[in-house]
Amino acid sequence: MAAAVELEGVNVTFGDFVAVRDANLVIEPGEFFSFLGPSGCGKTTLLRTISGFIEPTHGTVRIGGQDMKGIGPNKRPTALIFQNLALFPMMTVAENIGYGLRVRGVPRHERDEKVKNLLIQVALSEHGHKRVSELSGGQKQRVAIARALAVEPSVLLLDEPLSALDLKLRQHMRAELRAIQKRVGITFIYITHDQGEALTMSDRIAVMNAGVIEQVGDGRAVYAEPRTPFVASFVGENNSIRGRVTEVSDGMATMDTSLGILRGRNPIGIAPGDEALLFVRPEAMQLHANGSTVGFEGEALDVSYEGSVTHVTLRVRTGQKMMATVHAGAGVALPVAGENLHVGFQPGDGLLLHRPASA
Amino acid sequence: MSGASGLYVVIGLPLIVALLFFALAWFDRRFGIETGPGFFQRNGLVIGLYLVLSVGFWAFFIIVLPQLAMVDMSFRPKLPPAQMGGPRDLYTLENYRYFLFGSTTSTENWNWLHIKAFFLTIFVSIAITILNFAICYPLAFHMAQSSTTARLRVLLLLLIIPYWVNEILRAFAFRVLLSTSGIVNQALLGSGLVAEPVDFLGADVGLYMGLSYAYLLMMIFPLFNAIESLDKNQIEAARDLGAPWWHIHAYVVMPHAKPGIASGCTLVFMLCAGALAAPLVLGGPRTLWFTPIVYDRFYQAFNWPQGAAYAFILLVTCVMFVLLMLKAFKLSLGEITR
Repeated sequence: MAAAVELEGVNVTFGDFVAVRDANLVIEPGEFFSFLGPSGCGKTTLLRTISGFIEPTHGTVRIGGQDMKGIGPNKRPTALIFQNLALFPMMTVAENIGYGLRVRGVPRHERDEKVKNLLIQVALSEHGHKRVSELSGGQKQRVAIARALAVEPSVLLLDEPLSALDLKLRQHMRAELRAIQKRVGITFIYITHDQGEALTMSDRIAVMNAGVIEQVGDGRAVYAEPRTPFVASFVGENNSIRGRVTEVSDGMATMDTSLGILRGRNPIGIAPGDEALLFVRPEAMQLHANGSTVGFEGEALDVSYEGSVTHVTLRVRTGQKMMATVHAGAGVALPVAGENLHVGFQPGDGLLLHRPASA
Repeated sequence: MSGASGLYVVIGLPLIVALLFFALAWFDRRFGIETGPGFFQRNGLVIGLYLVLSVGFWAFFIIVLPQLAMVDMSFRPKLPPAQMGGPRDLYTLENYRYFLFGSTTSTENWNWLHIKAFFLTIFVSIAITILNFAICYPLAFHMAQSSTTARLRVLLLLLIIPYWVNEILRAFAFRVLLSTSGIVNQALLGSGLVAEPVDFLGADVGLYMGLSYAYLLMMIFPLFNAIESLDKNQIEAARDLGAPWWHIHAYVVMPHAKPGIASGCTLVFMLCAGALAAPLVLGGPRTLWFTPIVYDRFYQAFNWPQGAAYAFILLVTCVMFVLLMLKAFKLSLGEITR
């Protein structure tokens, strides 16, 4: 079976600006795939390239194994859900959903039947006759989904469709989107800058930065096994410590830093003598270190208690600030602001990555 | 308008209008609290008074009174000044009768000359409105949706600058351009496309060109404003759902731009039907446009009541036509000003 979407050496440039650089990617049929990155990283450009609004400067986009070169957005088997939804305000909800079918010349009774089914699917069967402006935010969202699904696309593209909703509704819509995707079984390609959205919904995530796809993998992989410093610090909170690798053995490495000798995993094989960054997640930081950890001294600057967890901001000897998270439990002592702590982590929780030239 | 009754009208009506405005302002001040501060509270007494008086004056003296005077005049016979307001100055339909039958007394024969000119004016105005829309819509769409800011500025300037030239001068320029020895004919003759000069002016090509050109901006700007407010994503959404370009225009852009289309078409139609300079300068010898006939009633026949009747017929017909069209396209009068 051909891949749902295949990108091969896709480059998109606007004048001198490179929006997407050498994107190579295979998205499988039925996959919920997310592009995650900060605004301006090129993820929307990539989405518009897949949907056909932008032709790649170089490279090939294949959908269902077919080269899409020269095929306009109206002829591609994709449907796009816009960030602002772009529902047609002068049409009713039913007319909105049926628009793609009307364009295709589907006879009226058949169209009505299909629209009715879609309205039931998105739980809006009572609202077909209403104007779009009469609906709530979540309902509009569902109309947009139904309108896109009506044309039976093989790939549904979603451009941050939840960003306009409030937190509660957003969380509800996450689950709903995921459920819809499971039900209809088509490929969803989802664009977001919100790592929570990407992690909870996606089968796989591509993390993008400055036009480059930095890493592709499932949620666990991009969170627990980041392969670039950008992915390590963009997906979830992370502490980073600069240093020089002194010794490498058994996938572990020892590093000389201004905070002392530290150890961590070395999955990408950094050689002794190289400059590197050591990443430690806040939840891996132990405030009362013992023999099995490597560590350093730090002062608690701020302690913010959130019930199940407590976030501690630390200042270490070099002046750098670090985050530590303490999970609530019986007998767990919470630090107070100003307290001097011996902070440490298990070497297995440290992760060494190449230090980029700029950092 | 005559004697004492005329004086009552001139003094009394403005008074009534001013009182009406005061009543409105008072009502607003008295009951406006629920919906926010009242009219005078919002604007202060001085500015409030100024607004009431100036708008009242403008509405009455500039708009209502002259029209009323013309309507009144159109129902009176043509009399020497000495007999005005005298016993023979009675309301009559003879001016309207003249338009239909070419005589103030008999109803034997139809006044085909004027009736034909009247309908020609209406139909050609409709045709020019449609032509103007066809020319302006693509341009307005380009300006509003796909042009860069820099190009938009240039386009706007190019559109506006020609209108610095006075309308009559522009009409004469068309005449020079299109005359039998004009540049267009010379080019056609020189290239061997025609053996004899084409009589553009006699065939009214000049008139139609001049009229279309004269009111181009009246069409472009309402269209531009209306289309500009359309979210670009809607066009893309329609395209993404598989719509061909004409479908997007017919079912997404035009429904959105309907108020703009209506206001542009209304303006062009009204101005065309009432145009005087272009028909006078560019009209062919066999074409009798209606507005020059009205002009002739006033200044050639020195029959002001008849001229007033003719003008009133044109005005009422145009207004009726526009209202009918708005009704047909399910638009309210308020919407076209958006």
